[in-house]
Amino acid sequence: MLIAPLVVFLAVFMLWPLWIMISLAIRDDEVSEVLPRTAAALADWNGEGIPGSAAGQALADDLRGAERTRLGPAVRRLNSDISGFRTLMARTQRAADDVTDGAPIDLVAVDERWGETRYWRAIANAVQPYTDRYLLAAVDLERDPDGAIASMPEGASANAAIIVRTFTIAGTVTAICVMIGLPYAMLIAATGGWVRNALLLSVLLPLWTSLLVRTTAWVILLQNEGLVNAAITGLGLSDTPLSLIFNRTGVVIAMTHVLLPFMVLPIFSVVNAIPRNLMPAAASLGAPPLRAFYRVLLPLSMPGVLAGSLLVFMVAIGYYITPALVGGADDQMVASVIAFFALETANWGMAGALGLILLAATTILFIVYGRLSRSGAPIGA
Amino acid sequence: MLRVIQVIFGTAVAAFLVVPIVAILPLAFTSSIFLNYPIPSASMRWFDELAEEPVWRMSIINSLVIGGAATLVSVVLGTAGALGLRHGRIPLGEAVRTMFLVPMVVPPVVLGVGLQITLVRLGLANSHLGVVVSHAVLCIPFVVVSVSTALAGIDTQVELAAASLGAGPLRTFRRVTFPLAFPGIVTGGVFAFATSLDEVVLTLFVAGPNQRTLARQMFSSIRENISPAIAAAAFLLIVGTLLLAGLVALLRWRERARPGASE
Repeated sequence: MLIAPLVVFLAVFMLWPLWIMISLAIRDDEVSEVLPRTAAALADWNGEGIPGSAAGQALADDLRGAERTRLGPAVRRLNSDISGFRTLMARTQRAADDVTDGAPIDLVAVDERWGETRYWRAIANAVQPYTDRYLLAAVDLERDPDGAIASMPEGASANAAIIVRTFTIAGTVTAICVMIGLPYAMLIAATGGWVRNALLLSVLLPLWTSLLVRTTAWVILLQNEGLVNAAITGLGLSDTPLSLIFNRTGVVIAMTHVLLPFMVLPIFSVVNAIPRNLMPAAASLGAPPLRAFYRVLLPLSMPGVLAGSLLVFMVAIGYYITPALVGGADDQMVASVIAFFALETANWGMAGALGLILLAATTILFIVYGRLSRSGAPIGA
Repeated sequence: MLRVIQVIFGTAVAAFLVVPIVAILPLAFTSSIFLNYPIPSASMRWFDELAEEPVWRMSIINSLVIGGAATLVSVVLGTAGALGLRHGRIPLGEAVRTMFLVPMVVPPVVLGVGLQITLVRLGLANSHLGVVVSHAVLCIPFVVVSVSTALAGIDTQVELAAASLGAGPLRTFRRVTFPLAFPGIVTGGVFAFATSLDEVVLTLFVAGPNQRTLARQMFSSIRENISPAIAAAAFLLIVGTLLLAGLVALLRWRERARPGASE
């Protein structure tokens, strides 16, 4: 009984919103809401030839009562499939207004384009309540007039490039986090006393500090007149300030800083549990230190590396704030594009489709992570 | 040789992690209008600006009000949820527990798109209540985890003893279970408050101009007009979270120091 309030709360404010987001990606009721009778009449049309006169009748009835504000988006949608639909629908609506409800009407006489299959097929496609056009567009694909999946013309959409970029940045950050985090976690495990505490505190302090503050810090430090450039020019490493902000370098530096604790802590908890006498044992069996490291310590640390990498990658692909503040226009990740579609252009279909892709990727990583942690690999601190 | 490399590497990584956070603190006290070093002289002018400039002032009040309310909602719901899950008699218990933790991993942008529409349908768009429930969703996992951990540490025999001495279930909860779980509840609340304080993405989607929080205000000033007021706001956030972290550490320490505390 005690869990009921929380279950209800999360159902309303988490599951329902996620469901709405998913349905944005696949719902398509712009046209079917305006042309309900046409949708019903076309339901059992096989897509060949011209549908029977009942469909034309239904279309005329739908158009006669249609409100202009709702008809507009529907016509725009049809016009994007076949240009010329706008004039066709306007002419048909005028003709429909001249006859009374239910009276027979010959649409081909109104406009001979109604004698062409492709116009009817466009309507039949558009009145489907579900669509894959947003999901296809999210990976730069579209359906050609025959309904086959084809890639969009070059330069028409950058979505696929942005998804690739998102995975590239997340992968780069994960790789750097492994390269820094693995030796650092091993170092913490190998030390003791105040050194160990200081090294651990250095990981926990950023974890405790607001994400926004840490990103702000990098904005300030990496600017052309910032401390990092002052140090570089001061040490004579470069004569002119390096451009470190509003580009990929800045994004990777700041994201690595933010996500490094998520790599160090899982590895540390694994490495710290490895019995201390294994390395001396390997040495006593004649393994040189480097060989002992590769054959003993490194394989035993792998569960931690895997857990940390999954965690860092999973969090990184959804990142919005850091690329938005530190990155340039060419460093925006998929989350930024979702925010752009939802907040700036109200293109809910595209926001939903890209959101669905991001959600699916995160879910898969989360399930793998859950499997790993249940199969006995100690994870997290 | 190896030793030297270890020292250099350890220092370098620790510095990479800590220095950026420490480096922006002094900038809060600059008298210059530039968010940069060197600092000409010490001044409190940017803190005055935060207190007096209506936009900043409102955002600080909003953050405290929304953070407090989101903490309250998530602590009440999360504690009840953790208690409900405790003995594992719930059908689909594992699925329910996963559901309680999901807000931690869902990309906030995805949740934001959905919540924006949900709140419009519920008539909560651009309202304080809408922002509070959105933040509460993100805060709940922290409360569930820390209260569950605290409950797992309670010896059930203590509760059985209370019951055998004639205490009803409610009385046992009030006098035995609740006091023992209290540090875990406070820890969860602190995490919840800190989460709400730092939240930007959901706020971006669900808050109107009147619900701007401090974090949201910082986010847009970094993009639009960068000034040392941002460093002053960051200073407040850092000091705030450190105080909260200190509170949690104190609670954990008292917990461990308590005689007979189960481990």
